Amino acid sequence: MKRYIGIRIIYLILTLFIISTVTFFLMKALPGTPFDEEKLAQLPQEQKQMIYASYGLDKPVFTQYVNYIKNVAKGDLGTSFFYTGQKVKDIISSRLFPSALIGLQAVLLGLAIGMILGIVAAYRHNTGWDYATMIIAVLGVSIPNFVLAALLQYFVGLKWGLLPVAFWESYPSSILPSIALCVGVIALIARFVRTEMLEVLDQDYVTTAKAKGLGTMRIMFQHVIRNSLISVITILGPIVVNLLTGSLVIENIFGIPGIGSLFVDSIKMNDYSTIMGITIFYSAFYVLVMLVVDLLYGLVDPRIRLASGKG
Amino acid sequence: MNSLLEVTDLQVSFYTYAGEVQAVRDVSFSLGKGETLAIVGESGSGKSVTSKSIMRLLAKSAKIKNGSIRFEGKELASLPEKQMQNIRGKDISMIFQDPMTSLNPTMTIGKQITEVLRKHQNMGRDAAAKRAVELLNQVGIPNPEKRLKQYPHQLSGGMRQRVVIAIALACNPKVIIADEPTTALDVTIQAQILELMNRLQDQMGTSIILITHDLGVVANMASRVAVMYAGKIVETGTVDEIFYESRHPYTWGLLASMPKLHEKSDELQAIPGTPPDLSDPPKGCPFAARCPYAMEICYEQMPSYTEHTGTHRAACWLQDSRAPKVERPLAAGGER
Amino acid sequence: MPQDTQNIDALFKPAAARPDDKEKISRESVTAFQDSWRRLRQNKAAIISLVILVIMLLLAIIGPWIGHHNYYDTDYGAVYQKPNADHWFGTDKFGRDQWARIWEGTRISLLIAVLAAALDLVIGVAYGAVSALLGGRTDNVMQRIIEILTGIPSLIIIILLMMVMKPGIITIMIAMSITGWVNMARLVRAHIMKLKSQEFVLAARTLGTSTSRIIWKHLIPNTIGIIVINTMFTIPSAIFTEAFLSFIGLGLQSPMSSLGVLINDGFASLNTQAYLLLYPSIVIVLIMVTFNILGDGLRDALDPRMRK
Repeated sequence: MKRYIGIRIIYLILTLFIISTVTFFLMKALPGTPFDEEKLAQLPQEQKQMIYASYGLDKPVFTQYVNYIKNVAKGDLGTSFFYTGQKVKDIISSRLFPSALIGLQAVLLGLAIGMILGIVAAYRHNTGWDYATMIIAVLGVSIPNFVLAALLQYFVGLKWGLLPVAFWESYPSSILPSIALCVGVIALIARFVRTEMLEVLDQDYVTTAKAKGLGTMRIMFQHVIRNSLISVITILGPIVVNLLTGSLVIENIFGIPGIGSLFVDSIKMNDYSTIMGITIFYSAFYVLVMLVVDLLYGLVDPRIRLASGKG
Repeated sequence: MNSLLEVTDLQVSFYTYAGEVQAVRDVSFSLGKGETLAIVGESGSGKSVTSKSIMRLLAKSAKIKNGSIRFEGKELASLPEKQMQNIRGKDISMIFQDPMTSLNPTMTIGKQITEVLRKHQNMGRDAAAKRAVELLNQVGIPNPEKRLKQYPHQLSGGMRQRVVIAIALACNPKVIIADEPTTALDVTIQAQILELMNRLQDQMGTSIILITHDLGVVANMASRVAVMYAGKIVETGTVDEIFYESRHPYTWGLLASMPKLHEKSDELQAIPGTPPDLSDPPKGCPFAARCPYAMEICYEQMPSYTEHTGTHRAACWLQDSRAPKVERPLAAGGER
Repeated sequence: MPQDTQNIDALFKPAAARPDDKEKISRESVTAFQDSWRRLRQNKAAIISLVILVIMLLLAIIGPWIGHHNYYDTDYGAVYQKPNADHWFGTDKFGRDQWARIWEGTRISLLIAVLAAALDLVIGVAYGAVSALLGGRTDNVMQRIIEILTGIPSLIIIILLMMVMKPGIITIMIAMSITGWVNMARLVRAHIMKLKSQEFVLAARTLGTSTSRIIWKHLIPNTIGIIVINTMFTIPSAIFTEAFLSFIGLGLQSPMSSLGVLINDGFASLNTQAYLLLYPSIVIVLIMVTFNILGDGLRDALDPRMRK
């Protein structure tokens, strides 16, 4: 088990290193600079040099690269080009709360509704419940989240005036974006749980449980649902991707000061260091989630737990 | 012998997109107290479906179309599901074919045994755990206290089948249905499991319905045999009657295809052909197409049963007085 | 009745051999393809989706020509017109005809998605097949590479690539395929690995069938199913990615049209001209839904064991 975690962590570091490298050179390959070209041209040569030097841009690319990797390893993501003088790390952490709140709400809501829908659909296989769930699931994966967000904003926010449409003022501001984000999660989970549970219902051990004379509800909760939900952990990876992607556009649509909108703004502003910082932040988050998912799965499923315990 | 379980004219069909498949067609038999009845036949003959019908564990696509299943005077075929749950696991329990898949992989052995005790015997946690240890001892599992806390994958196939038997025995059932209990096991383990079942039956006087395709197992275990083919019982009798006096050509074929150790024979005898398609069963005898003795009548009409003794009957036109006399072949126990 | 008894008595004679009966199978046999097609036809939702998709495809091809205007001509005399007899879907802030722009956009979006899916298919199938067929050390190295690639959130890489490259149909397609093929490669490899150890392949090998024949006659025909199914799901996700990129300003730029560009423009004037967002949204949702349902239907039809 320890050996396994060790290998996984080496992979994690390797992945992050590759991402940092790719990001760095992609940013270097970008046309133009983060500075206002016209103003910069008017400045005397010396001042220009000073500005470049203050960002370390006067050194050869390779030296810049080595310095950058060294700093990233120390947890220093550099200084923003746009928000002058601010550390990228600080900007990210100041934007963390809204994104985390919306993301968490979306995951919890999505998990709860998705599981219930999936379980009901499988339990009432080939009935109206099942078909309704499948329709929701197909729509959920098919409607682009930004289209859904825009429509929610237009109808719920503007036309009916039920909830705040934009800006981060009070708790209700987080409701619409959370709903827009969780629909994809609901669809993913409902579909997965349904398939998984139908599979479990076909297993011999469910027949054994029936042959014991156990009640339907007891069989469902003790044997079927438990075993179907264990593997939901395995799709947490795709769900996290879904949320990260969604947050990029949804935070923009609803004017939420989170990391997603920061990322899109940085792209528009050519704020290289912030783009690189968020890329690494997102990647690290994603890779960590995948690691946790793996370890959790081993904890929850006795077959895996014991198999790796021996090795 | 007063009968405990009485199945009469049972008809079970599966409804698939290709149409109705008549898996069990007019099956009747009875099971006495303390008796072991073997139901023998090749795969698809309807023997498993029959046993699942008794437990009312048929798949959703299957339906009991007709017939009755009487257990101690109660009609099981139409019993409400709630009452059926009180019979399953308590009065009638079941041992399944594959011990690798018939136990819940994420639940401890202990929990899987105690849950049936707690359901039917109203036992508390501790009483149930104590009884579970007894049961594991009874089925010959060493170290029962430790095993209770383990998960199925930590046990070998033979050990798991012992656990499955322990679960079936837990509430001292009157009938145990064993559906191919040894098919998935190694030959050496098979013998151990059969011996265990024999011993437990002697101790507890349980009746057993043994579903199998293996005549060797039948000879070891059963007192009576029903031979099934294409959803019908074609011959039934005591073990001796089936092994030494059989009347149906299909039974002869089964007996002849059994490998024999003490007889030197160059080849195994197989029954040529395949069973009929039960979505469109033939109007005559289902075995006619494969039967070396088939007559014109066999294709036209299903023969009725001919009684030979009080326990032995067969459904075959050869038993009709008008039919030519056919000698039972040597390989099927015929006279030398 | 004596007559009947007579007849029945006559039947007690050995039957003439009926060799056909032994092997007779009462249902006619069908090829795997016919069987799949029959199952697909029974799936009403999938067939309706197929019909809608074909209609959308036709409109994407001929739509721009059956309206009264082309997709790029501006007309400042007719800005923000609500849908009417002349402009069936209204006009945008430059007075461009939305009908023509939507179908032009649909065509571009579909084109990008199909090209990206095709590129994924070629790279993914080649990589997966080579990895599975060569096995051993090569497979090991190739799998480690895939493992690292799957650790990277692909959309982030696509965004970075789009920043570097000039926005265009080809660049979007390339950016999507740089990470997109991994999924196909994994599926194909896993499937071939499974097939390789299955008995019918082992049997073919035991009978002395040549390796190339095993690949062409056993492995490839049995892998086509999952390749088709996976492609059916790649296309809608590529349509989504294109729209997503355009929406955050990294995709195609006006006056070019794509569903993403249109939704982005529509969102900008959502408060006053909701129809500018509504129609392209309906089109994109219809395409995504029909592709997903058709993909599900194909999966059920091609692999009935997976049917749920």
